[in-house]
Amino acid sequence: MTAGFMPLAAPAGGFALARLWSGRMWSALAAAALVVFVVVPVANLVVPEGSVFHVSEYTVTLAGKIMCYAIVALAMDLIWGYTGILSLGHGLFFALGGYAMGMYLMRSIGLEGVYKSPLPDFMVFLDWKAYPWYWKFTQHFWYCALLVVLVPGLLALVFGFFAFRSRIKGVYFSIITQALTYAAMLLFFRNDTGFGGNNGFTDFKRILGFPITASGTRMALFMLTGAALLGFLLLGRAIVMSKLGRVLTAIRDAETRVMFSGYNPLYFKLFIWTLSAMICGIAGALYVPQVGIINPSEMSPANSIEIAIWTAVGGRGTLIGPVIGAAVVNLGKSWFTQAFPEYWLYLLGLLFILVTLYLPRGIAGLWVKK
Amino acid sequence: MGKVGRRLVGQLAFALVLAAACSVSFFAAGAMALPAPAIKDLAFGESDEKIQAIGTLVNSGDSAALSFLQSLLDGEVQTSGEDIVLVVKGDTAVDAYTGKVVAPLPETLDDVIVNNRMRQELTTAIAALTLASPDRAIRLAAAKVLQNNSSETVLPAIDAALAKEADPEVKGLLALTKASIDLRGGDKGKKLAAIRALGLSDTGATKTLLLQVLERKGAVYVEPDAQVRAEAQRSLATVDRKLLLGDIAARVFSGISLGTILLLAALGLAITYGLMGVINMAHGELIMVGAYATYVVQSLFRQHAPAAFDFYPLVAVPVAFAISAGVGVVLERTVIRHLYGRPLETLLATWGLSLILIQGVRTIFGAQNVQVQNPSWMSGGFEIMTNVVLPWSRVVIIAFAGGVLLAVWLTLTRTRLGLYVRAVTQNRAMASALGVRTPKIDMMAFGLGSGIAGLAGCALSQIGNVGPDLGQSYIVDSFMVVVLGGVGQLAGTVYAALGLGVMNKFLEAWQGAVLAKIMILVFIIIFIQKRPQGLFALKGRTVEA
Repeated sequence: MTAGFMPLAAPAGGFALARLWSGRMWSALAAAALVVFVVVPVANLVVPEGSVFHVSEYTVTLAGKIMCYAIVALAMDLIWGYTGILSLGHGLFFALGGYAMGMYLMRSIGLEGVYKSPLPDFMVFLDWKAYPWYWKFTQHFWYCALLVVLVPGLLALVFGFFAFRSRIKGVYFSIITQALTYAAMLLFFRNDTGFGGNNGFTDFKRILGFPITASGTRMALFMLTGAALLGFLLLGRAIVMSKLGRVLTAIRDAETRVMFSGYNPLYFKLFIWTLSAMICGIAGALYVPQVGIINPSEMSPANSIEIAIWTAVGGRGTLIGPVIGAAVVNLGKSWFTQAFPEYWLYLLGLLFILVTLYLPRGIAGLWVKK
Repeated sequence: MGKVGRRLVGQLAFALVLAAACSVSFFAAGAMALPAPAIKDLAFGESDEKIQAIGTLVNSGDSAALSFLQSLLDGEVQTSGEDIVLVVKGDTAVDAYTGKVVAPLPETLDDVIVNNRMRQELTTAIAALTLASPDRAIRLAAAKVLQNNSSETVLPAIDAALAKEADPEVKGLLALTKASIDLRGGDKGKKLAAIRALGLSDTGATKTLLLQVLERKGAVYVEPDAQVRAEAQRSLATVDRKLLLGDIAARVFSGISLGTILLLAALGLAITYGLMGVINMAHGELIMVGAYATYVVQSLFRQHAPAAFDFYPLVAVPVAFAISAGVGVVLERTVIRHLYGRPLETLLATWGLSLILIQGVRTIFGAQNVQVQNPSWMSGGFEIMTNVVLPWSRVVIIAFAGGVLLAVWLTLTRTRLGLYVRAVTQNRAMASALGVRTPKIDMMAFGLGSGIAGLAGCALSQIGNVGPDLGQSYIVDSFMVVVLGGVGQLAGTVYAALGLGVMNKFLEAWQGAVLAKIMILVFIIIFIQKRPQGLFALKGRTVEA
């Protein structure tokens, strides 16, 4: 179960960026950055549509979506793979970030809704005359961007504080996080909650003044998502290589011993848990403008548990693993649900079983020598 | 109502003759003893005149009036010229004044137009006249019609009926209707009497009536008389108390009913999770398998032995147990036993199993819900109070859950298997050292837990939809029950299930179903903070439970 445990001389005065990864890994990352920032944009925007090198709009959106999932899987890995806490509620943080961004996008529709009202269509439908208090300031992008991080972060902080303080762990923690996301899903399904009920938010028109369906906007979002993914990879690596990361892995492997060594695991867990939730929120915020819809089904327990399987398939306790896992599973999903829709659940179910039984270290574990 | 009335026309055919023979009418003496001015008004008059005429006919209490009004409602009354009124049925026409057959038919016939207002008045009038019927069902139907649209014109008919009525239900309805008519009238004495009468009743409709008396428009009461208002206030309090009592009784019952369902769903989990520590996310799907097993048994009975259909649960219960237990044993042997001691991995693997089971059922039975029909002895219910009906299916399930609980308890405490299960739970190594074949016990215990899930499915199929998603909706709830009740304790599971059921129903009444569910989940989350080991925890000395 232990991750590749590389002895590391704690760098004096901050860490040296270059020392985070091996040279080969750095070149791989540089290649990935090249693809995201140069190859795909050129192939999508410059190369004419008929050419074999053209990358279609659909592919760009799909890739953007999968990168969002990869960010979530990465966040899941920090809390599960490195700290040993399996959250079955990460879909909630993802959705909350998405809803926060969705609020801004709904406000930007302006008067172009079906009812030509300054209020979103679902509020007109409910016969509401004004925005409820929690929609205040959401017309400002900066405010919503703040909400994207703060709402999941605060919820995770409060929930985590109480849960970790009473030393809830293992399966208990998993089950109450599942209950949490389930409760939130029920709440958001209500029309009176003020988030569009089971239809959620959709029909967005523009973001920061740019039309949301234009190729330029889509490409910008795609590149932003790629940048976020690479950034979080760096951040994650910096954390797990630091002394803090060492304590986290120690908590995973022998929490009692960590306590007896004089550490209080509460704040370590709380830090990584809250950070993980905030990363999920950002992923959700990037996801919504690209996919064009957010609704409460994102909070369903099944979605959250699927996040765990991306991480498990890719390989827990490696940072690159979950990214690969999210990509493989979701590519498989979008291909399978089109080609053999009735067999996808069989395959997904088998994946859960086979990975846990035969591939506990995931795809990444195939390369790392034991 | 139209049908009832028309049926009556037939029934009253001979009564009509009787009436024709011996009635001594005040207005006219003829074969059909109906007051001529009323008929004339009905056929040719203005709306208000027509309605007054209807009142006259109703108060005559004449059975012939019923027949005529029904004809009017059915569009059989037609006029010719300025003064001929005919009741035309097919090819035969009868003069409404004289009752004589008119042949041949006049050349020009005009329909008497019955507009919506007239139609309603006619329905009410017919209902009032029907109150004299000897058939209880017809009287009840008539009383219900009157309750919904009553006017002062029918009051004498209601009074007459009240004097004769013996059936409490019909009488109650009529009294209520009378009170509501009296309340709308101007007479203070009558109003007070009506309000007092309403205080004795205990239906929700009464409350609405009393609230109408206490209504205000702005700061001014609609009812000017303070004494009437005070009386209404007092009656309202009485009615409220009675309604509240019935409400609480109904809610406690539905809470217990929900609790037993949760108990059934969680009992199997209490064994697999509580005793064995296996996080079985496919538990809900084992419930679903049990429900589908019941469906198959039920369909086979319907096809091959329809005469014995009422006894199919006797077969369905053991079959559901056996099939779910079998599926459970297969899961344990193939997947779960490799994951003992790795709870998080078990969770993921069993989730995968649940996806496969759901899709498997979709492939075999289709994605649509299937219909499981109750045996006839389970339909219906009995009334313990007004407004409080206990459906038999729920009562049976409560008893069934009690039986299952007893059986599980006996199995765990009185049988060798139970002894071994407890021994393995408490100290696996020691049990193994003493010769208990722990893998076999694991398999049996898991089979037992799964079989109980099958029984839960069998019970659930009797009260709800059976579909591939059935299990999903119970899995979170069942885990909540087990977690709340405490691991390793049956008693905890029972208390937690019943407690959550009753709590859920009371919160539901207060805040609606969705918020109630959310509040319960939040409550459990907070509760676990305080007592991570659940309500009833086994005392242990280990740091890591």
